[in-house]
Amino acid sequence: MYKIGVIGDRESILGFKAVGLEVFPCDQAEEAEKILKKIAKEDFAIIYITEQLYQYMDEVIEEYKDSRLPAIIPVPNKDGSLGIGMSSVKKSVERAVGADILFGGEN
Amino acid sequence: MERLNVNPTRMMLTTLKKRLATATRGHKLMKDKRDELMKGFLELARANKELRDQVEARLADVYRSFEVASAVMSQEVLEEALMFPKQGVELSVGSKNVMSVDVPVFDFKTTAEDPTNIFPYGYANTSGELDSAIRDMSEVFPIMLELAAKEKEAAMLAAELERTRRRVNALEYVKIPQLQMTIRYIRMKLDENERGNQTRLMKVKDMILVEAIEEKRAASEAEYQESCS
Repeated sequence: MYKIGVIGDRESILGFKAVGLEVFPCDQAEEAEKILKKIAKEDFAIIYITEQLYQYMDEVIEEYKDSRLPAIIPVPNKDGSLGIGMSSVKKSVERAVGADILFGGEN
Repeated sequence: MERLNVNPTRMMLTTLKKRLATATRGHKLMKDKRDELMKGFLELARANKELRDQVEARLADVYRSFEVASAVMSQEVLEEALMFPKQGVELSVGSKNVMSVDVPVFDFKTTAEDPTNIFPYGYANTSGELDSAIRDMSEVFPIMLELAAKEKEAAMLAAELERTRRRVNALEYVKIPQLQMTIRYIRMKLDENERGNQTRLMKVKDMILVEAIEEKRAASEAEYQESCS
C-alpha cells in the first residue's frame, strides 16, 4: 500500500495531516531536499511540495521527473500561488509540442 | 547531406535497400504514434490546466479557513487537535498503458471508522472554524489526487512525445535522405562500371576483329602469291 506525503512549511501543511496524509514540515529547501530523497525511496506514490520550496529544488526534482513513482506535485502554500505549478504544466506542453500552444502567451 | 561511407557493391546495395524499407516503415509508424500521442496529450494538458486552476483556488479557500481557525485558537491547541488524525489514506497504484507508456493510476481509500466524522478531536477546545476548514480540506483532497495522477501522466506523455518527435525527425530528415543518397550513389557507380565494361568489351571485340581480318588478309595474300608462282 502506498502513502502520500506533503512537504512544506508547518502552518500550510497542518491541514493535510487532518485528512490522513503524512506531513514533513520544514522551512529550508536543503532540508526539504533531504526529506524528499529519503521518502522517495520509501513507498510514497505522491509527494506534494509547496511551491515556496519547490522553486529551489529543481535539481532534485528533475531526477524523479521521468520515473514512474513518485509523482512530485507542486501545490500553493498559505501565502498563495506563485504560478509554479502552472508553469510546470506549461513546460511539459512545451517539451512535448515544441511550442506553447495551450496557454497562448499568458502566464 | 553526407552519404554513408560504404563500398559501392551490389551486396551493399541490397542491404541498404532493406534498411531504407525498414526506415520508411518505422518512420510511418512513429509518425502515427506521434499523432496519436499528441491528440491524447493535448486533451490531457487542457484537463490538467483546468484541474490545477480548480485545486489552487480551492486550496486558497482552505488555507484561508485554516488561517481564521488559527486566529481564534492558539497554535498549541490547534496542533494538539490535529496531532492524531482519525482518517488514514490508503493509496493503491495501478498502471495503464497509453501508447506504450506505462502510466500510474492512483486509487485511494480512506480509512475512517465513520466517514461522516473525520474530525480527530473533541469539540470542546476547538473552534467551529477548524471544523469547516477540515471539511473543506477533505473535499479538496480527492481533486488533488486526481491532479497528481493527471500531472504525472501529462509529464510522462510529454517525455515520450518528445522522444518520438525526435525519432520521427531524425528518420525523416537525416536517416532516410542519407540512405536514399547512398543508394543512388551505389547505383550510379555500378552503372558506370557496367558502361565501362561494355565499352571495354566493344573495344576488345574491335581489336580481335582487326586482328582476324589482318590474319585472313595475310593468308589470302600468301595463297595468291602461291598460285602466281
